[in-house]
Amino acid sequence: MKPLPITEFTVASALGIGRDVHRAALRNQRSGLARRGFETAELDTWLGVVDEVGDQRLPAELTDYECRNNRLAWLALHTDGFSASVATASARWGAHRIGVFIGTSTSGILQTEQAYRRRDPRDGALPTDFRYAQTHNSYSVGDFTRRVLALSGPAAVISTACSSSAKVYAHAARMIELGLIDAAVVGGVDSLCLTTLYGFNSLELLSSDICRPWDTNRRGLSLGEGAAFSLLERDGEAPAAWLLGVGESSDGHHMSSPHPEGAGAVAAMRMALSQAAVEPAAVDYVNLHGTATPNNDAVEDLAVFSVFGGTVPCSSTKGATGHTLGAAGGVEAALSIIAMQDGLIPAGLNVLAPDPDLRCNYLTAARPAALQIVASNSFGFGGTNACVLLGAGR
Amino acid sequence: MSALVRVASASALRFSVLSVGLVGPGMADWNEARRALAEPARWRHSPTLLCAPQRLPAAERRRAGDLVKLAMAIADQACAAGGLDPARLPTVFSASTGDASNCHALCESLAAPERIVSPTRFTNSVHNAAAGYWHIATRSLAPSTSLCAMDASFGAGLLEAAVQCVQGGRPVLLVAGDVPYPEPLRSVRAVSDVFGVALALGAAGSPGALADVDLQIVDAQPASGCDDPGLEGIRIGVPAARALPLLQALARCATTDMLVIDYVDGLSMSLQLKPVGTA
Repeated sequence: MKPLPITEFTVASALGIGRDVHRAALRNQRSGLARRGFETAELDTWLGVVDEVGDQRLPAELTDYECRNNRLAWLALHTDGFSASVATASARWGAHRIGVFIGTSTSGILQTEQAYRRRDPRDGALPTDFRYAQTHNSYSVGDFTRRVLALSGPAAVISTACSSSAKVYAHAARMIELGLIDAAVVGGVDSLCLTTLYGFNSLELLSSDICRPWDTNRRGLSLGEGAAFSLLERDGEAPAAWLLGVGESSDGHHMSSPHPEGAGAVAAMRMALSQAAVEPAAVDYVNLHGTATPNNDAVEDLAVFSVFGGTVPCSSTKGATGHTLGAAGGVEAALSIIAMQDGLIPAGLNVLAPDPDLRCNYLTAARPAALQIVASNSFGFGGTNACVLLGAGR
Repeated sequence: MSALVRVASASALRFSVLSVGLVGPGMADWNEARRALAEPARWRHSPTLLCAPQRLPAAERRRAGDLVKLAMAIADQACAAGGLDPARLPTVFSASTGDASNCHALCESLAAPERIVSPTRFTNSVHNAAAGYWHIATRSLAPSTSLCAMDASFGAGLLEAAVQCVQGGRPVLLVAGDVPYPEPLRSVRAVSDVFGVALALGAAGSPGALADVDLQIVDAQPASGCDDPGLEGIRIGVPAARALPLLQALARCATTDMLVIDYVDGLSMSLQLKPVGTA
């Protein structure tokens, strides 16, 4: 594919709100994870909470959209001048020529979980202040983003579990290539909720320890929440980065375990490389999916090793942000762009004893390096795989 | 109708409908549906019947909810009718609700003091569950996406499938379906029936295709309706059934100047159909 300029981006996670705080956190190898509870959840786990969401309120005209997920989206949209850059793009291309493609896995389900605790004791009805379309429905955050940014082009929410906001890049690129749109706001927003906390706990994938991707004693993931947005344009001067390719594949193996040989993951990475017409050796860093469950890391290691060999530096940034699920692809694309801009490969945090069975060149300390091309992996339940290939801005 | 303003697409996306799969009220499959849609007087509303998907391994078959059963049935029909190998077919899954009963059961569990969540229910709660089961059943490594656009979910799915088909130059399978919520969610989000449609899309002029289609994104227009009140009720009552006017045109092998399908706020999708095959 023809490289597409990413002319603006922003990110919010447990590390903070906006690019600068993420930049500093990567440099200082800081984690945003903490051993804490969330809402009424009492589980022994570490979480990546965006505390600022608690204080955020939406403006009066968007009251129907009040939910943690949309508040988190609002925070990110109003950081780093993102909404102003979209307004400039809108003036240039026309609001109807800008698509909106957002990834989420759980949307505003926390709102529904809370509403189920407030059902009418007589007839079981949900409280009258519950807004299904604006909070619960998966499209909620897409509709919300479109309204906040006053955009009127094609839109959809992509919900493929933890690959959602990597795949949005592919959706947007295809439509721009076909001339259906000239630009797109893509991103991912996923917020903490009881469904994922108790759900991952039921699958014994939630660690009581801080998550330790690539560690011998990794025991599972730490959940986080996050929002990230990028602006893709048909052309643009001095972009933050370039979208070079997006690989997509399925495992066709199991709903919650990866293909044992990582066949789907390999296919996604190779497709991204082939779209970009880039050799594996040209990739300077791989931002791994790296959830820190024993099996996921082992299979991803196998897959990355078979595509790239054992020399390209790799790390998972989930030790810093937690696993932000449907936002992971977007958050990690943003961190990858920052890594290229700053010439600094992010450290894989929380490793005490590197797993000797894993063969990738996993970095446990940040390392200065000129990064021209970065690959970012995102895999999810249902056997969905995506790999986003990004190039340094120039 | 030529006054339609083309806002988003400079030119039309041109593709063909290779084959159809359908399960809905009083329509067990596309063959039944084709007769019903061509002559609605012959159709009677009766509850949609769902079968256990034989394609799935036993363990997955036990875990499959209604939306998965629906999706598997219609995807299977479309692949069989089109003579397409599912293992090599990229898919676009579109649903406005996800697995509705599963969502209700999870919310109930989480509202109870013990908060015992079933791992299977949690795994099935992802919006791409139907896609996951389909690719497991067909051992397909092909790309797949799952999307939602509330009431515009069918339109958004059709657009994405058409985009992938035209851009990738190969057939793509669209699988769009919705199932009703139980109470209390039913009162805040009414989906009237179980309805699903799968469309295999291919290059315009493909041999044996049902029809060539030109798709354009236009300013919002009143959507085309169904001439039968019962079918019109389903079209309005189920987001995936917004496909019915298109399906009716396919069933009647009719050349259609302009069908308008609901899309996201402020926009509609206009479709021009030209039959190409022996239907």
